[in-house]
Amino acid sequence: MADTRVKLGDWTLDNPVIPASGTFGYGREFAELYDLNILGSISLKGTTREPRFGNPTPRIADTPSGMLNAVGLQNPGIEKVLSKEIPELKKVFSKPLVLNVGGFSEEEFAYCCAAAANEESIGIIELNISCPNLHAGGKNFGVTPEGASAAVRAAKSTAKQPVYVKLTPNVTDITSVAKACEEAGADGICLINTLVGMRIDLRTRKPVLANRTGGLSGPAVLPVALRMVYDVYNAVKLPIIGMGGISTAEDVVEMMLAGASAVEVGAANLVNPYVCRDIVLKLPEVMDRYRIDKLSEITGGAH
Amino acid sequence: MKQSVFGITAVRKLADNTFETVLSGDVSEIRPGQFVDVALPEKFLRRPISVCDARDGKLTIVYKTVGAGTKQLSEMQVGQKLDLLTGLGNGYDLSLSGDRPLLVGGGVGVPPLYMLCRELIRQGKSPTVLLGFNTKSEVFYEREFLNLGAEVSVATADGSYGTKGFVTGLMQGKDYTYFYSCGPMPMLEAVSRAATSEGELSFEERMGCGFGACMGCTCETLTGNKRICKDGPVMKRSEIKWPTRE
Repeated sequence: MADTRVKLGDWTLDNPVIPASGTFGYGREFAELYDLNILGSISLKGTTREPRFGNPTPRIADTPSGMLNAVGLQNPGIEKVLSKEIPELKKVFSKPLVLNVGGFSEEEFAYCCAAAANEESIGIIELNISCPNLHAGGKNFGVTPEGASAAVRAAKSTAKQPVYVKLTPNVTDITSVAKACEEAGADGICLINTLVGMRIDLRTRKPVLANRTGGLSGPAVLPVALRMVYDVYNAVKLPIIGMGGISTAEDVVEMMLAGASAVEVGAANLVNPYVCRDIVLKLPEVMDRYRIDKLSEITGGAH
Repeated sequence: MKQSVFGITAVRKLADNTFETVLSGDVSEIRPGQFVDVALPEKFLRRPISVCDARDGKLTIVYKTVGAGTKQLSEMQVGQKLDLLTGLGNGYDLSLSGDRPLLVGGGVGVPPLYMLCRELIRQGKSPTVLLGFNTKSEVFYEREFLNLGAEVSVATADGSYGTKGFVTGLMQGKDYTYFYSCGPMPMLEAVSRAATSEGELSFEERMGCGFGACMGCTCETLTGNKRICKDGPVMKRSEIKWPTRE
């Protein structure tokens, strides 16, 4: 019998499949379709201190084997996520959650992690230091080792749950950022966030997205994500949640061989709302085909 | 929402850049004013397209070829299969129509009014249908609405067919209990201002998922942020925040 269980630190997940932040809302739309408890966990929509409307529309564009998004961290704010969205989700999902926290200052990271400290349903914090959509209000923490380090220290100063840092691929050397996060006390690494891209409307001769640029995700970015997970696995000792273009059970195995202990599935949810369930159901068959008894043992197997 | 495979049974060109595709499949969850999300070969995101009609295992969609996706759809052959998400969006609220509802459509906003009109007539209501187009070569579905038994008037902006002018011109002097509208944003705003009753309007936006997960199509309303795909596409006149509000 194929053992799909994996570990992130002390936390054992039934399987490595986690819907990625921003592609699954707070689970409600998907709970109408299938029992969410088949999933390993759920990464919640990126949360900030204050409610945010996000960017003007159009926020979405199609691309070859992928998509651009510039949603701009639309969310109701940490208080409402904790008081309304998480309790609602807990009615239909009984496993620990991944709380994705974004921020525009060190104080905001510290504030959100403090606010979430007593919420027992949160398994880990996923620190978004890399959202490339947001240019208002300050620098992008994730593009330098110093910036990443500052964000991690701020979060760790108040967080009660393990802090995983979600890295941006839009950097010269992702391993130096990952190492800085490890030295600053991070408990794990998530990668990759989206790659900055653009599409231009031939009729209007203007960028399609109102924000001009957006984050590229979908199958197109899978090879980039695999390479970066592979490199970061060599650079740090922390557990890695791998993401970027995963849409099949085979992709999950490939990402784990590169160095991931668990994975997130993002853009694919928007095209096939059943994709995470389908991947979980398919995993034992794929494991069997490649003679994998315990999924957790293949992490980093490509090295 | 339901995911299922449909087969194409007919494709025809209705007017300039406007096509009608008829599909067979499970239409059990489709209500007037809803849309379907069509997966196309070699395109990543699905394409949201409003439902023109759905009955007896037959789905009709009418769309304008505005980009590569809709162009590809128009070139597909009878017998080809398409993966659809159906039953998306809130749809029109038929319970508010009163006895004499007014249906106002512009261009590619006309199709969703067809199923609405058919259902209203089935419920014993007497709808009046006003259709607006830019020019004669873009006019479609006048005959189809007449065949349902509705009173129909057509306006073209250049006067090449029907009454010259915008569709709002046809609204003057009309007596109606409620209105339903779909069309381009400037038309919807003009219709909303010209209307003498309450009513509801259907909007469009570029979408990611089409079922409320990605927040790709959020708009501000007087009753809070709404996702066009899930909380819409139909909004009540009283809750809409127009971009050019005076």
